[in-house]
Amino acid sequence: MPDAVLTQDAFLTLSGISKRYAGVRALEGVDFACERGKIHAVLGENGAGKSTLIKIIAGVVQPDAGSMRLAGKDVSFATPSAANAAGVVCIFQELSLMPDLTVADNISIVAPPRRFGLIDSRAQRRRAEQLLAEIGCEDVNPLMRVRDLPLSRRQVVEIAKALGKRPQLLILDEATSALTSADVEKVYAMLARLKSAGVAILYISHRMHEVEALADRASVFRNGRHIETFDKGVRSTADIVQLMIGRDIATQYPAKPTRKSAKPVLALENLSWEKHLDRISLHVGAGEIVGLGGLDGQGQKSLLLALFGVLRGVSGRVTVEGREVRPASPAAAKSAGIALVPEDRKTEGLMLPMSIADNLAIASLDAISTGPFVDPAKERAAVERGIARLQIKIGAPGDAVSTLSGGNQQKVVLAKWLMTEPRIILLNDPTRGIDVGTKQELYRLTRELADQGAAILFYSTDYDELIGCCDRVAIMYDGRIVRELEGAELTETNIIASALNIDGTAGAGATHA
Amino acid sequence: MLDDLAIRLRQNVGLVTAILLFCVLYLLYNLAHPKGFSSAVLVQNGDEIFALAMLAMAQTVPVLMSGLDLSVGAVMTMVGCFASYLLTGTAGGTPLHFEFFGLHLGLGTFPGGTGGILLGMAVCVAIGTLAGFINGCVVVYGRIQPIIATLATGAIYIGIALFLRPTPGGKIDEDLNWALTNSLGDFAATLHIFNDGAAVWFAPFAWIPVPFALLALIALLVWVPFRRSVLGRAVYAVGSAEGAAYMSGLPIERAKIAAFTLAGFFAGCGGLFLAIQTSSGNADIPQAGAYTLNSIASVVIGGTSLLGGTGSAIGSIFGAMILRVISFFFRIFDIAPLLQPLFEGLILLAAVSIGALRVLRVKNTLELFR
Amino acid sequence: MTTASLGLSRADRPILIAALFILVILVAGTVYTVARFGSAPLLSPAYLLQQLQIGSFLGIVAAGMMIVILIGQIDLSVPWTLAAAAMMATSIGGPVAIPVGLGVGLVVGLVNGIGVAYLRVPSMIFTLGVNAVMRGLMVAHTGGYAPQTAATGLMRTLASERTLGIPNALFVWIAVSVLVAGILQRTPLGRYIYAIGNKEQAAYLAGVDTRRVTVICFMLCGLTAALAGVLLAGYSTKAYQGMGDAYLLPSIAAVVIGGTNILGGSGRYLGTLIGVVLIVLLNSVLSIMDMPEAGRQVIYGLVIILMLLVYGRGERVTS
Repeated sequence: MPDAVLTQDAFLTLSGISKRYAGVRALEGVDFACERGKIHAVLGENGAGKSTLIKIIAGVVQPDAGSMRLAGKDVSFATPSAANAAGVVCIFQELSLMPDLTVADNISIVAPPRRFGLIDSRAQRRRAEQLLAEIGCEDVNPLMRVRDLPLSRRQVVEIAKALGKRPQLLILDEATSALTSADVEKVYAMLARLKSAGVAILYISHRMHEVEALADRASVFRNGRHIETFDKGVRSTADIVQLMIGRDIATQYPAKPTRKSAKPVLALENLSWEKHLDRISLHVGAGEIVGLGGLDGQGQKSLLLALFGVLRGVSGRVTVEGREVRPASPAAAKSAGIALVPEDRKTEGLMLPMSIADNLAIASLDAISTGPFVDPAKERAAVERGIARLQIKIGAPGDAVSTLSGGNQQKVVLAKWLMTEPRIILLNDPTRGIDVGTKQELYRLTRELADQGAAILFYSTDYDELIGCCDRVAIMYDGRIVRELEGAELTETNIIASALNIDGTAGAGATHA
Repeated sequence: MLDDLAIRLRQNVGLVTAILLFCVLYLLYNLAHPKGFSSAVLVQNGDEIFALAMLAMAQTVPVLMSGLDLSVGAVMTMVGCFASYLLTGTAGGTPLHFEFFGLHLGLGTFPGGTGGILLGMAVCVAIGTLAGFINGCVVVYGRIQPIIATLATGAIYIGIALFLRPTPGGKIDEDLNWALTNSLGDFAATLHIFNDGAAVWFAPFAWIPVPFALLALIALLVWVPFRRSVLGRAVYAVGSAEGAAYMSGLPIERAKIAAFTLAGFFAGCGGLFLAIQTSSGNADIPQAGAYTLNSIASVVIGGTSLLGGTGSAIGSIFGAMILRVISFFFRIFDIAPLLQPLFEGLILLAAVSIGALRVLRVKNTLELFR
Repeated sequence: MTTASLGLSRADRPILIAALFILVILVAGTVYTVARFGSAPLLSPAYLLQQLQIGSFLGIVAAGMMIVILIGQIDLSVPWTLAAAAMMATSIGGPVAIPVGLGVGLVVGLVNGIGVAYLRVPSMIFTLGVNAVMRGLMVAHTGGYAPQTAATGLMRTLASERTLGIPNALFVWIAVSVLVAGILQRTPLGRYIYAIGNKEQAAYLAGVDTRRVTVICFMLCGLTAALAGVLLAGYSTKAYQGMGDAYLLPSIAAVVIGGTNILGGSGRYLGTLIGVVLIVLLNSVLSIMDMPEAGRQVIYGLVIILMLLVYGRGERVTS
């Protein structure tokens, strides 16, 4: 049971909060409190209940049991706007911006400045400029449509919008995941200012370095229960992870095999595309995991998409096992033996309302067909094999895939591709938003697949992951590969140095936002 | 300053294109017409454009919310049939009685004279607005997709229209017909205002056809304020990203109902005018269907995306006018009448396929999916 | 094994309710006829068979429409595809009449598919344009009148004659049904259709050739519309202007009443079948009651709304 957390200074107090979703216990008897003027991190695996907790506080869902007190008064928020009215503002992981409306419209979407009953666009624009300046991002033009802004700018707009509601309690749910490092610093500064102004801040992030840098207090959740709350510095990272997954982690990453002669399965020669890829040459051998590193937006994702046939107008040569291929579409890439685990599993990797079995089988229907028909027996067997191999925790294969947790959903995506028996596997940030336990399973699986002869290209924004999983890491800058690191050279220092192009091997160019 | 203008222009490319296209086409039309640039032609065009333009405005609002209203033609027809009873203008008023499965329903007498006409017009527009409101409620509280909900309500409204006018008939006050289907000068003369239209300050405006004036008035007094209101912006927000709109705390249900209600209002105006113009009430089902489909085409040609979130009713007005002008061209160029439908169809197809040009320029195929 | 739906209960509910409603219609209609005429024609097999024969035209159109709706699109070119197929078949005549008619449907479907899949024009508006073009072509071709040439013998046989006491048209409808249901439930194409209707982007990234599937779906819809046109011309012994207009909205209604989601991605063919039967029976009961057109329209609209309300409405948007 958690320590006594109900202090008199608590600004927000939750008592006995419980919530069930169709038989799954999202939260169970949670007592929680946070104070003004402190940054309070909320940690836990996916499925631990963090997002449910946040949604209850922000008024998106209602608890089945329990109570909330805000500034000493009992409260209950039926809608997000009720929460906003009480000074509780949440910045969600999925942006709440309307892409076709302008920045100024989005920032003042609910209670815009009015004149004669109609929206005063000039005052609205000034308000937007002012709020963006408070974060330090004046370069965003309030007249631009959100749709025309890159993701990092959109996230800035989202933060400005939240700031504009003058929160007493600000909740950030993975709110900095797409920001450039420069903007992240600005946001940290903004949070520090809010903190000293007495705002209570709840911060959810899977990035340990961020949490360590920012948080004054942290609470760990596991399986819907509040496990422990502690001050900064009390618990080590290893302790925290253990609290989160509830068991000892011996090693986080599977062992890497000693270097063996790898015949190149995938070879790229002078691959170029628009401004994003500039004469990329790379080869990946059978059994190799090659990582793509570097700052965000240097072309890593474009490289994976180019190999998978999603991009048009790609020049250069791609050979698979010695034969040249020109992936003109994902279907063509699939026939060439290439598989891609995409960036956003909910919109790109899965058909959420469809069953787990349908999602698993969709890429390999030819293999389980007899003649023109799908063979039910073969399909059943293949689906069961896929589920068992990745140990996906499901109710029944006929359940909708939307009922699964994030980690299990990602496993379904991977299993789907494994059923096509690919020679080359492209992983586009596969562990983003996934709990620690499943991450480990995925690392182990990736190494197994490599050992079985696949060539794997692994893009990740997490340096630890790159160092832990990959045999070799290619650092990209401005669309070029500036350095390849392996063995003893594969350290965080070297990665960062190459990522920032400190050795100056690439031309001087601005980072893409 | 110039930067901002450039941004605004880029964001309204569809609208600007539609306006330019219409201007070019109408200019060519008047140049080719033997009596081009004359008041008579302008008035005739105005009469023929108004109803479709109103329906295009009506269709725009649900489309902005990424929905559709398949009942606009039916609402227009139903209101027209009501008008044929209420706007007779006879001094003693119109007795209202209906046959209903052998039952005789007497509903009293609807007032006549000028007061009756004004009341009648108000009632007709109110009926259209009510029909729209019902559409909105079915969509929001019934939680039925707009396409299917309005398909069903459209059938109901056409049924009511048929009930009112199983065969075309009815009568519209002649003065009303004359006043509204000619120029502002004639309007003033009929109503005996502004010195019967001869007032000096009025002269520069006397040539303007009443339909165009009405269109401009309705657009300025109804659409522009709506668009700049919080509810109007909520409509755009819902069409752009409904989930985000909910998270932002916008009144989604009210916005949806407002959108359909406004559509009903515009459709009612269109139906009212059509009845006045044709001096009868006609429950013509194929015509209602044609108007509905043409309203969708007008919206697309006017630069509003069927996916919602962007566009404007002003653009749809120009889209409607473009469609009408194209059919005017056939009249003057003596195209074999048998070939007219084919040309109309090809032009429609070409117009809506213009957006395909953007597809050819896309370099990342994921952008094709929304 | 798995049906591409949300589990048995969710997809079957509309089917059961629709079937129940059919019974309600039959009972109510019989009560009326017994009270008014002292007879129960609605329960006579001969009458029911005849109604099903007429309904088979709608049924064939609805089968194709369902496929297009399942991938999240719609085909508004059905009216004039149907009419064009009928007109071309009757004017060409001879042994190639039917293949020519069906060919018209395939070509129109191909054009629709290219416009929607490759040019990415919204199907609502593109098929609308194609419908207008088909109308234009037919008006130019026939001079605006009904074509004077008659339907071929084979067309008439298929549409009006009977085999073993059962109308041939019904056999054609059954054949189409078996084909469509088979495709949807048993073949990879069927899976791709449901996947695209659910999330085209995810299907595309799973290596499904979404453009080709879309074209195939529109071609199938054009084909069924053309088949219905050919049969209808056989039934009426000639083609006539506007013969397809009465089939567009009822076919969409039948698909939706059968439980298919108008936005695509879910629905069973059995539902569409039952939806067609429901509409046909409703029409015949209203005919027997001598219901004027006004009343028919109102009842038609009310029935659709009522059925959809009962099915369980869409979900409130919360995220």
